[in-house]
Amino acid sequence: MNFALPMAAGAAALLGIASFIGVDWDMPPVESEQVGYRGTGMFVTKDAGEAAAARAANVVPESPWEPDPEGERASEVYENVQVLGHLSDDQFTQFMASITEWVSPEAGCEYCHNVENMASDEVYTKIVSRRMIQMNQAINVDWQAHVGNTGVTCYTCHRGNPVPKEVWYRDLEPKPASRGYRDGQNVAGVFSGNSSLPQNALEDYLLGNEEIRIHADTALPTGAQTATTKETEKTWALMMHMSESLNANCVTCHNSRAFNDWDQSPPQRVTAWYGIRMARQLNNDYMVGLTPVFPMDAQHRGPEGDVLKVGCNTCHNGVQKPLYGESMLGDYEDSLRKKVNTDVPDFSDYETPEAVVVE
Amino acid sequence: MPEYQNIFTAIQVRGHLEEGMPLPAGESVRTGQPQHNYWIGKIGNAQLGPIYLGFLGSLSLFCGTVAFLIVGLNMLASVGWDPIQFVRQLFWLGLEPPGPEWGFKIIPPLNEGGWFIITGFFLTASVLLWWVRTYRRAVVLGLGTHVPWAFASAIFLFLVLGFIRPLLMGSWAEAVPYGIFPHLDWTASFSIRYGNLYYNPFHCLSIVFLYGSVLLFAMHGATILAVSRYGGERELEQITDRGTASERAALFWRWTMGFNATMESVHRWAWWFAVLAPLTGAIGILLTGTVVDNWYLWGIKHGIVAPVPDIYPSVVDPALAAGGAQ
Repeated sequence: MNFALPMAAGAAALLGIASFIGVDWDMPPVESEQVGYRGTGMFVTKDAGEAAAARAANVVPESPWEPDPEGERASEVYENVQVLGHLSDDQFTQFMASITEWVSPEAGCEYCHNVENMASDEVYTKIVSRRMIQMNQAINVDWQAHVGNTGVTCYTCHRGNPVPKEVWYRDLEPKPASRGYRDGQNVAGVFSGNSSLPQNALEDYLLGNEEIRIHADTALPTGAQTATTKETEKTWALMMHMSESLNANCVTCHNSRAFNDWDQSPPQRVTAWYGIRMARQLNNDYMVGLTPVFPMDAQHRGPEGDVLKVGCNTCHNGVQKPLYGESMLGDYEDSLRKKVNTDVPDFSDYETPEAVVVE
Repeated sequence: MPEYQNIFTAIQVRGHLEEGMPLPAGESVRTGQPQHNYWIGKIGNAQLGPIYLGFLGSLSLFCGTVAFLIVGLNMLASVGWDPIQFVRQLFWLGLEPPGPEWGFKIIPPLNEGGWFIITGFFLTASVLLWWVRTYRRAVVLGLGTHVPWAFASAIFLFLVLGFIRPLLMGSWAEAVPYGIFPHLDWTASFSIRYGNLYYNPFHCLSIVFLYGSVLLFAMHGATILAVSRYGGERELEQITDRGTASERAALFWRWTMGFNATMESVHRWAWWFAVLAPLTGAIGILLTGTVVDNWYLWGIKHGIVAPVPDIYPSVVDPALAAGGAQ
């Protein structure tokens, strides 16, 4: 009998189905690194090809020039400088040049400023960037437990895009018909690593402060742990988001034989613990408050009209340490690692701009 | 060469079309005009039909169809009646049980889990009716009831997963959703929530019987195929009329591992392994959450967890670290 033909047809059919439903396979070679005690199966694996591409895509941009910290303060030279007034004139100008490269290299200064009157707050993006600079300073000062001394800059998330590419929002798509019941899951979830796990778990953990600890601390039931199997799926959706965001597997942070046991967990889990709380604070204290300032359009809001929010991939972009752990703060110590003005503006009566189309 | 391996049906044996023995009074008639089919002859007997449907079979098929349609229509409704997305995301789609807020309420609103309960009712009815049918058919044919009891073992696991354990836990949110990936997600979540099923001894037993079944099936299947060149597949004759085929099959195992099953006992082994796989599995599921809340910690308590040295001494739960929580 000739088996070659049916075998080839079968393989072609499988590949056809696989490409139709969109599987995400790692092609060899795959590199693996042992991160745990022998026999525990704790290996972090990397697709070598993807890793090389990620390295090329995560290069730190050069600072336009080394600024002079001496001289008149920006607050004395310019009008309406609210959060960067403590910088020198040269530092301020250098920072403005940098942020243009980081955030709006194409639209330039006009993206945030009325170039006739640079001091004016009439362009909504200027209001957003001021708040984002405060946020950036808060991350570097208050969240060392997560960002270490490496810190972050606007570029960590923006990468030359006015709106960072990796963000999340309330995802109700595809909308079920009125009588269909999938309970916010059971479709390929954009924010749950394309799994069929709950689509909006990030709302519970990176916006709400729902508890991830679904394990019982005792062998036998005491009634203390009431989480159900269904609620456990939400925590798993969050974990898949983290895994996809960092291109890391479960054992990067856990010994999978006892996911909850801190004694057996690599130190990365502690960093991640702070990261979850950091993202939660950034969303609540910065993003949600800015909601009225963002135009009502598909580039600045989710399909349900909510503000675009920070997830793990917003900074990480598929890399365990954003930009491979290289710090960009050298020339921006004064601008981005100092909290000077921590006022929280109230945008509740801000007049939401019309839809804005950004090229 | 491949012809000798006998891994596909090489020669189709076709007799005249058979109706089977006459049935006692009170039994339904068998339906369907029997016919030969080349393709089913490739994997089995080439005669298709007649089938005994009867009242139980018809009702079972009706209930099963209702359950199948409710699940399918919920899946289709999940993607807003979009047929392309229905096909594309078929493996992702599912029908969810009610959330924890409903506890074990018998009928929550339809699109908050009510559909799941109704599906469960019809699917259970279908399976139980089919069980009675297999029992009745076995008795009427004058057989032992081994098939229905083996089937009952699987039904017990099904009922534990979807009804008995959610009942004991007082929450439908413990039940298994209907759907390809959704039920796999449930499986892994279940293990995560209850501290790793790996340390559940009944889970271990179930795996032993599952893999054991596979091993026995492979050994038995291979042995019979290997002696089919001597007519070894004609088991009944071989049992009474010990000739070359059965004898060689027995000798093969006696010589390779020292002892061998008999033509009858190999099926007893297979039956017990197959029956015990879902049965021990069901016990393991039934104990989880009801009497054991964390199998890993249970394993520690009973000394079945291999110790590993503390290679991350710096790691402490940040929620406990002073001033750590934010």
